[in-house]
Amino acid sequence: MNSAPQGSECAEFPLIRNVGIDGLLVSFGPSLSEPANRAALAFRAALEAVDGIEETSTSLISTYLRFDPLKVPHTDMQTRVEALLVTRDWTGADLPEGRRLFRIPTVYGTKLAPQLSEAAQVAGMSAEDAVSSLSQARVRVQTIGFAPGQPYLGALPEAWDIPRQQALTPVVPLGALVVAIRQLVLFSVTTPTGWRHVGQTAMRLFRPESDTPFVLRPGDEAIFDAVTPEALERMKTDPDGGATWEALR
Amino acid sequence: MTRALSVISAGPSVTVQDLGRTGFLAFGLSRGGAVDRLAIAEGAALLGQPVTHAALEMAGMGAVFEAHEDLRIALTGAPMRAQIDGQPLVWHASHLLPKGARLSIGPAISGVYGYLHLGGGIDSPRLLGAPSAHLTAGLGKAIKAGDTLPLAADDATRVGQVLDVADRFSGGTLRVVPSLQTGLFAQEQRDLFGSSSFVRDTRGNRMGVRMACDGPGFAVEGGLNVVSEVIVPGDIQVTGDGTPFVLLAESQTTGGYPRIGTVLPCDLPLAGQAPAGARIGFRFVDLAEAIDLERKFRLHIEGVPRQLEPLIRDPALMRDLMSYNFISGVTDGKTEA
Repeated sequence: MNSAPQGSECAEFPLIRNVGIDGLLVSFGPSLSEPANRAALAFRAALEAVDGIEETSTSLISTYLRFDPLKVPHTDMQTRVEALLVTRDWTGADLPEGRRLFRIPTVYGTKLAPQLSEAAQVAGMSAEDAVSSLSQARVRVQTIGFAPGQPYLGALPEAWDIPRQQALTPVVPLGALVVAIRQLVLFSVTTPTGWRHVGQTAMRLFRPESDTPFVLRPGDEAIFDAVTPEALERMKTDPDGGATWEALR
Repeated sequence: MTRALSVISAGPSVTVQDLGRTGFLAFGLSRGGAVDRLAIAEGAALLGQPVTHAALEMAGMGAVFEAHEDLRIALTGAPMRAQIDGQPLVWHASHLLPKGARLSIGPAISGVYGYLHLGGGIDSPRLLGAPSAHLTAGLGKAIKAGDTLPLAADDATRVGQVLDVADRFSGGTLRVVPSLQTGLFAQEQRDLFGSSSFVRDTRGNRMGVRMACDGPGFAVEGGLNVVSEVIVPGDIQVTGDGTPFVLLAESQTTGGYPRIGTVLPCDLPLAGQAPAGARIGFRFVDLAEAIDLERKFRLHIEGVPRQLEPLIRDPALMRDLMSYNFISGVTDGKTEA
């Protein structure tokens, strides 16, 4: 493990970096990989046992923890984190328990998802091939983030390693399926984004008034089946947007 | 009858706010709460009540209210034109709002976010543990004409207090600590960032504010392909066109645009309160200095109740007090006393 200079490119992993004045980020790899993702999820669960931590979360490849640096100095917290890191090989951790496979009806392209053709072009394929590729991909929730209940899903085939846009799209609607860097994000809110809007679903992922405000969990898997705009229209009254799911294994 | 305040009319972005909700980062929900957390502490001190009480945050424009019974109020944050039944009110101060009286709060004179605190606090329903609205997440709604705000019981009586508040409503220098992605930016980019002058853009909300600058902007090699990482309030995100955004209370919890640093919590009120057109600069400090500044900031917040001064209520002095307030954005109770 290492505490390399902030943002060092030749760092070794796991890598501990500061986040603002009251956070540490433990990263398990230089780029998205399944072992790093599993490590981040498992390490977050293990941090529950460490004193002085006020909140934790995961990103794709990292575990974040927030603490009060006036109560626990950075050096002390770093020592506690390092002590936990050496207890095992976190990249060998299992995925979380209770995972599910979701099938989520999705309209690709049309005026509901106006950037399909553009995204297909950047990925070097026809719009038709793009729909076929995206609707057949089985992707996993790697983390929940950006907005409440909102999943980052991956990994898509290599061809979808496309950059974000230069400029932000001012607004994409709730239920939008967007793509960049071999990942999909299914938007839980109406928001600006730098990712390209390729599909539209009718699924509500954040339900603050319900007993389960956040529908998806890290480790869940999803297939975004292609449907017509007419079919999706009929699913709009259903908060699940026509989605179905089953337990995995 | 339940204590309440009626909303006669309201600006476009008036919301119930407090110190936000923690514990939901892992689910993608940022803390939210008031953009100017110092203003929340000042309101609590003026009314002698806990800092956890919810208040109304008014972005740029206030609202008109009518009291159902005698209420204690305090006004903090961005100074706004305020009157009770036509009588001007001193900002950064507590007042009695008599039963049936009409409280009118107009546009901000400087700054962006003004706060109306009520004795006992606003007792609106809690969602995920807090009453504060998080409109980006779809939690709660903006206040509108016809709404009635329920208030919790208030057993205190003291009003007529004023705070001498340093100007944080017209831009200035934001101190920045290096963060996880600062090293992605070349040293000359960081130096340029620290020496450039920025203008708070018209684009800004509770998620974040755009800080425009002349010149080519800032970039990192391969910046559009960086793996999405954790975001905290204060992070300075550089989007594809090279312009920095300072992220605020309702920021996203993760994001892919690289971040050049993180504004210190003690300077976030200034960042959020800078009105469109205000000059903004950034200055890097090291972690040790940042922690020291955080310690001082918390001591300052703890000390706010001890800085209360009696408000001169002589109407003949009111106009002078008001004009002083308008010019400096600061009401100095001591001068008038």
